[in-house]
Amino acid sequence: MNLLLLTDGRFPAGGHAHSGGIEAAVMAGRVTGVDTLAVFLAGRLTTAGRVAAALAAAAASGAHDLVELDAEAAARIPSPALRAASRTLGRQLLRTARSVLDAADLPDDLHHPVAMGVVCAATSGLGPADAARWAAYDAISGPASAAVRLLGLDPFRAWGVVAALMPEADAIAAGAAAGAARPLTHLPSCSAPLLDIGAEHHAASEVRLFAS
Amino acid sequence: MRPDDRPVRIGIGGPVGSGKTALVAALCRALGAELELAVVTNDIYTDEDAEFLKRAGVLDPARITAVQTGCCPHTAIRDDISANLAAVEDLEARWKALDLVLVESGGDNLTATFSYGLVDHQVFVLDVAGGDKVPRKGGPGVTNADLLVINKTDLAPLVGADLGVMAGDAAVKRGERPVILCSLVDDPGAADVAGWVRAQLAR
Repeated sequence: MNLLLLTDGRFPAGGHAHSGGIEAAVMAGRVTGVDTLAVFLAGRLTTAGRVAAALAAAAASGAHDLVELDAEAAARIPSPALRAASRTLGRQLLRTARSVLDAADLPDDLHHPVAMGVVCAATSGLGPADAARWAAYDAISGPASAAVRLLGLDPFRAWGVVAALMPEADAIAAGAAAGAARPLTHLPSCSAPLLDIGAEHHAASEVRLFAS
Repeated sequence: MRPDDRPVRIGIGGPVGSGKTALVAALCRALGAELELAVVTNDIYTDEDAEFLKRAGVLDPARITAVQTGCCPHTAIRDDISANLAAVEDLEARWKALDLVLVESGGDNLTATFSYGLVDHQVFVLDVAGGDKVPRKGGPGVTNADLLVINKTDLAPLVGADLGVMAGDAAVKRGERPVILCSLVDDPGAADVAGWVRAQLAR
């Protein structure tokens, strides 16, 4: 049940204001409807999602120094705007979790996927596999929700795209959990350059609905 | 109750165009000399409100932070206040002597109110040009806000709004809760609203 609590879209940790890069992709004309949404989400899951799942699982394993792990996270986010967004989301999650879960000893400033792992480690019954599932799911659920708002998509079709990606997300989470305690040099570093480039354009654009 | 060791936080909400940003600017003018102030704005899709305040020169730009709300201004002030809390706490950490933080909502609808997890008191701003029936419609903002401001009273004759009807309906909806009619054209310092804010700080 604790994993459902943490991954609920209504859990108040600030994710609603972030689009996971899809606002930038919509502004650039790369995502225009459900078909291109499917391509975007598949790409995001297998790049940023895979990295986030691995970082979250590693953080939840308790096998690593958090400062080093957080530095590994930072090194995998080339865009300064995305690094800032990841820190913001991490801080907000930790602050919410400290209060909601009555976990005063949680750290206060980590990158988002590392924060997810740390929160899982501090939550009864949760471990690396849960953290990885959370991070993989979060990598696509946020942008899907934002796409519905930005493009007026049929929400049933948009969430159908998310549902179709669940087997892939499960596989990515399983791989992340399996490697959680391996040395940090084994962490994946798949990149999605357009997410980084788009994030920089987004941060500089005058009219935008989402914070990232 | 507010912890004694932090500034008072007051939310300013209300529909689009009712004059929330202008009221915040007026309060900065009125109170800036006597109080240590900071402002968080929640713009809908730009940082226009924050930029307006910075350009107006009513407050050091370093004391103004803009929060983006992802299409849902009411979510950011009510259901998931985490981004706003972070912005408020960053300002409080940077300016140690703050007395007051104003949190301006993005323009929303009559149901948008602040969570008391984010603010200690809240002001709901309507304007006469939005129609003199709005107070009668009620809703959480009109009915429950700690202060209701009916703004732009100078426009009443131009838009055919009956201020007596607005004040009367507001009083019926709100009971003992205060209502202030104001015109920032006639009173750029919003003296009555500033007085209400001072009273909240003195509590």
